[in-house]
Amino acid sequence: MKNFANLFTALDQTTKTLGKIDALVEYFRQAPDTDKLWAIALLSHRRPKRTVNTTLLATWASAQAGLPLWLFEESYHVVGDLAETITLLLPPPQTASDESLTYWIEFIRVLAPLTIEEKQIQIQAAWSRLDHTERFVFNKLITGGFRMGVSQQLMVKALAKHTGTRDTILAHKLMGNWSPDQTSFSQLLEEEQHDISRPYPFYLAYALEEDVATLGTPEEWYAEHKWDGIRGQIIVRDRQLFVWSRGEELVTDKYPEYAVMLDLLPDGTVLDGEILPFLDDRPLSFNHLQTRIGRKTLSTKLLREVPVAFVAYDVLEWEETDLRERPMHDRRTILETICAQPNPVLRLSALVTFDTWEALAAERRRARELVSEGIMLKRKTSPYRTGRRRGDWWKWKIDPLTVDAVMIYAMHGAGRRANLYTDYTFAVWDQGQLVPFTKAYSGLTDDEIRAVDRWIKQNTLERFGPVRSVKPELVFEIAFEGIARSTRHKSGIALRFPRIRRWRQDKPAAEADTLDNLRLLLDER
Amino acid sequence: MPLLEFTDRGIYCPPAGVYLDPWKPVDRALITHGHADHARWGHAHYLCTEAAAPVIRYRLRLENNLQTVRYGESLLINGVQFTFHPAGHIPGSAQIRVEHQGEVWVFTGDYKLEDDGVSEPFELVRCHTFITESTFGLPVYRWKPQQAIMEDINAWWRQNRAEGKVSVIAGYTLGKSQRILRNIDTTIGNVFLHGAVDNILEIFRAQGMALPATHRVTSQHRKQDFEGALVICPPSAVGSPWIRRFLPYSLGIASGWMSLRGARRRRGADRGFALSDHVDWDSLNTAVRETGAERVYVTHGYTEIYTQWLREQGLEAHAVQTRYEGELSEIVEGEEKTHPDPVEEQENTTPGGTTA
Repeated sequence: MKNFANLFTALDQTTKTLGKIDALVEYFRQAPDTDKLWAIALLSHRRPKRTVNTTLLATWASAQAGLPLWLFEESYHVVGDLAETITLLLPPPQTASDESLTYWIEFIRVLAPLTIEEKQIQIQAAWSRLDHTERFVFNKLITGGFRMGVSQQLMVKALAKHTGTRDTILAHKLMGNWSPDQTSFSQLLEEEQHDISRPYPFYLAYALEEDVATLGTPEEWYAEHKWDGIRGQIIVRDRQLFVWSRGEELVTDKYPEYAVMLDLLPDGTVLDGEILPFLDDRPLSFNHLQTRIGRKTLSTKLLREVPVAFVAYDVLEWEETDLRERPMHDRRTILETICAQPNPVLRLSALVTFDTWEALAAERRRARELVSEGIMLKRKTSPYRTGRRRGDWWKWKIDPLTVDAVMIYAMHGAGRRANLYTDYTFAVWDQGQLVPFTKAYSGLTDDEIRAVDRWIKQNTLERFGPVRSVKPELVFEIAFEGIARSTRHKSGIALRFPRIRRWRQDKPAAEADTLDNLRLLLDER
Repeated sequence: MPLLEFTDRGIYCPPAGVYLDPWKPVDRALITHGHADHARWGHAHYLCTEAAAPVIRYRLRLENNLQTVRYGESLLINGVQFTFHPAGHIPGSAQIRVEHQGEVWVFTGDYKLEDDGVSEPFELVRCHTFITESTFGLPVYRWKPQQAIMEDINAWWRQNRAEGKVSVIAGYTLGKSQRILRNIDTTIGNVFLHGAVDNILEIFRAQGMALPATHRVTSQHRKQDFEGALVICPPSAVGSPWIRRFLPYSLGIASGWMSLRGARRRRGADRGFALSDHVDWDSLNTAVRETGAERVYVTHGYTEIYTQWLREQGLEAHAVQTRYEGELSEIVEGEEKTHPDPVEEQENTTPGGTTA
């Protein structure tokens, strides 16, 4: 674990991309293959199953530190990270450990069948053998949520440097279903794989910040509506269907409607598109799709009320051939052939025809009534790239809706924002009362966050653990993408992607918006 | 009537008619140390230690209305006895002991127990009632010994030097800067100071503090002058145009807050050194215990939490609201901004640039 702890420290001590890559390459050079494999797994969000719950960890750590549990919890609210809190509170280790990363991961995995008392003995013994950073890494392995300030893309770059294999090829090899138990470092990276479920890395667009005219002439671009569903990949190989979400989650079972793909698509086909609720030939809002996410079983009623279609906008594999290097217009032609027969479940994402940027801007203004989030722009000559890249694909979203609201509660942030009040609850007026309707925790500058944090500490009315109620004085403009009725919220409404747009220092609380203003914006679909 | 009471102007001693570190203008103010949240503008008469006086006089532009005492010297005001004792926080800092009719109170201001090599070492003063800060009054804050942190700073400096980078370290002008300078290994390379740091340092040098040779950063310096050097600047200089002249550089921040990973990452520094001039959890508990106090007032910091902890330890403890800025970490770090110092700002103006 020393190697890995050193890697962690090195990554933590630099904010520069090159420095991080160097640290990773150095780790790959030193570490044994089994450890490398685990490091790759951890940095591509593949974690060992959680075998101990966090409440128990907190209890055992405070016991070992000789502190009451409430003080542990207060500390946690300040630190904003459970693994770090435990690390800081425990007394210094008594002995040292020389075991590898793989050893400790195995150590955690075999805890699963043990009784609570046995787990406690094991964990506390481990804590007293690991030094500060090793202990932190160990706690992170147990609690999951392993983030080291390194994106998967950056890890792949370092791995490319270490192995001499191109990063786009590596990125593809690391996609999909694999686990360090069932493969080895050389199998994963060197051998040709036969995992028929393996998806391609998604190509992600950046938001268009500049004037659309800076993109050149309209003829160079395809435009489509940006559908507000879940990005997905449909794979048909060997008469089997696989549906992947952008989060690299296999979600085939969640969308039984897609079974029809096996009839519509031949083997060796991979489509990129949007998982979108569709009823009576019209897309439904994301809010509807949300009712299906997270459900273990799908009732017939739900399937009838929120049927799902796949709106295809790209083809990545056809007749068992990887098309990603082919220009977009070739892929589009093939896609149009595939989707030639209209089908309620497999739908072709229609192109928006436009001769001028003004015409496209006009179409974008219609987006909200079409239940789209704006316009996607794709260069006709572009290949299908890996990850988020600038230049060929842009999302040109519609301007958000806004409301002026009063801050009434504030909570400590986590991670980078720990020990600062950064998570706020906002309210609007309803019959002379302030009714909370949303939370938001992004959008302010660092200077504003500090100023608001200071104001909160000086204007606290009551404290409830990590939450403070504050004088209802500060007004913020909240931007959001959509609004729908909700029975789960006291206000009766739920916002989509709420965030702080600006601090209205010019506006007194009495002039904030009312719940009636918000209801007027309700999406009645 | 209590010997000291907490009013909206500051900590007041009714029988003596004086305030301790008041935050609103008063007639007579007893000041523990020169940090801006303790030594404020606008009082009619000031009183502090001889050692703290030059900095306070300079920062607040005081002329004849500042009176001084020596550490341990007894001062009688209306029958109340006041003595100042080293707080170990920064050079010249004091705790104020107040005695009246056999009852003893101690107000710490800010303090730490470890001897840092520049501040007069903390002196334990026994008392009945102890008014303590709690800036780092949580068990997650436990400082490494100064020696170990200085070794980290030296190693970082050496490595930067080897990689052709300037080492820029940010810490308060008053206290942290002198402490770093006094304890680093100056055989590694040259040490440069931001003007605000140098101004304070000159005052300490004039008081006889022995410090290694340094250079003040001026617009005359060329890039190569900074090669392999360590630069000490105030936190407010981070992110300003002033700092760009050192490119390529590695940025280190010296502050107790740097012991938390989130705070470190938020500041965008390459390295955070958890070097603090306040008591950590263990030494705070030691101080409270060893004063023998039966009643404790907890001021700025994790006030409510630490009060609760003391109550569970069987002490009478009260949380008090003050205007000292312990918990407002980010603001304290920008201390020079909240009380603009025209002289310092002027001297840091670079041609074509803005003030640091």
